[in-house]
Amino acid sequence: MTYLIPALILGGCGILAGVLLTIAAKVFYVKVDERIEKIGESLPQANCGACGYAGCADYAAAIVQKGAATNLCRPGGADAAAKIAAILGTAAAEVVPMTAVVHCSGDCNATQSAFLFDGVQSCKAVKRFYSGNGTCKYGCIGLGDCVSVCEHDAIKVVNGIAKVIPALCGACGQCASACPNQLISIKPLAKHIDVLCSSKDNGKATKLACKNGCIGCKMCEKKCPNGAITVTDFHASIDYDKCTNCGACMAACPVKVIHTCEA
Amino acid sequence: MKTMLVILLSAMLTDNFVLSKFMGICPFLGVSKKLDSAAGMGIAVTFVMICATLVTYPIHHGILVPNHLEYFDTVVFILIIALFVQLVENILKKCVPSLYSSLGVYLPLITTNCAVLGVTVLNIDNGYSFGQSIVNALGAGLGFMLALVIFSGVRKKLEYADIPETFKGVPATLIAASIVSVSFMGFSGLFN
Repeated sequence: MTYLIPALILGGCGILAGVLLTIAAKVFYVKVDERIEKIGESLPQANCGACGYAGCADYAAAIVQKGAATNLCRPGGADAAAKIAAILGTAAAEVVPMTAVVHCSGDCNATQSAFLFDGVQSCKAVKRFYSGNGTCKYGCIGLGDCVSVCEHDAIKVVNGIAKVIPALCGACGQCASACPNQLISIKPLAKHIDVLCSSKDNGKATKLACKNGCIGCKMCEKKCPNGAITVTDFHASIDYDKCTNCGACMAACPVKVIHTCEA
Repeated sequence: MKTMLVILLSAMLTDNFVLSKFMGICPFLGVSKKLDSAAGMGIAVTFVMICATLVTYPIHHGILVPNHLEYFDTVVFILIIALFVQLVENILKKCVPSLYSSLGVYLPLITTNCAVLGVTVLNIDNGYSFGQSIVNALGAGLGFMLALVIFSGVRKKLEYADIPETFKGVPATLIAASIVSVSFMGFSGLFN
């Protein structure tokens, strides 16, 4: 009896709670559109957030409920877009292949370290101390926060700076959000000319910190026939919608910071 | 009536669960970014506290004490709290989906929120009557909501404040929390 009564009381409480919750689950049942589930299955389940929604399930719900575009999944690419279109019964939307690019060329030959960092070996950690241990406060720290988040092994740290391998890149943007200096952007794969510097210092300060930096001379801006390249915050940046891969900026650049990054 | 008022106000202000007893800190820091989710969390916790007290008090005094099973308090109380949290989750998912998604993981975390278990256990330990227990639960819940709502306002100001690089983010939030706690010390000695 000494063991039976406690067991009965605890068991009774448990059963009562179970029955109550089952009834509540029936009463408050939320009906889910079955297309959401199907679309969720056809997505790669990387939950990378490149589409702008909080994970694959959220994106699937947004397509059905809010009419979000069907071609936003970067890791899934054309394949996923076609599957989603088939489920919805619409024509497949065009998918432009994208890739990530690191806008920094300040490798170990071009920059020095400002102090020795002995803490946790991560870019985010170093960034907390005087904005990083390199002479350039805007450049790649090189401890590979982007490498550790990449699910496609498409980014490597070479000679102190991160480099993307476009052939492997799924353009999910995980590396872009991991980079504490916001050096990584996602751009169309076909547009292969990039400015590899993001320094917001003026020309002189940039040159002191890094041999390879953009000095903001605006030569490229003048030479570009399409108005695709502009200098803001003392560094050039390319509008990939306007760029035609002509290479005029590359030829004009006196510090050779504009590179072709063809795979 | 006077004791009821004293219990209500002391649970809310002088013995505020978050700022004086450091219970339920995780939603205090986790859900206080926005005013509406802070208020929603406060209402959810208050609801769970009152419902849990409504059920745990009769169970303790009606079933556990006569059978000399007081040592079951913790297990039974946790079970009841989990039941109500699950219930709140179902209701919110159906009726207020925006609040459901903004509370995120902190909603199921009410289950292990020590403030909720703390209220039910303290009701028993302090020897409150049924009415006093409910008033205590209400005060604790309102105090929790008050702390969250005040702190969400402080954090909003903090977003635009010019703070030293090293303190940005979590350190600044924790320092702000300590200052809010200091302000609640002013209430101590309000009742004797």
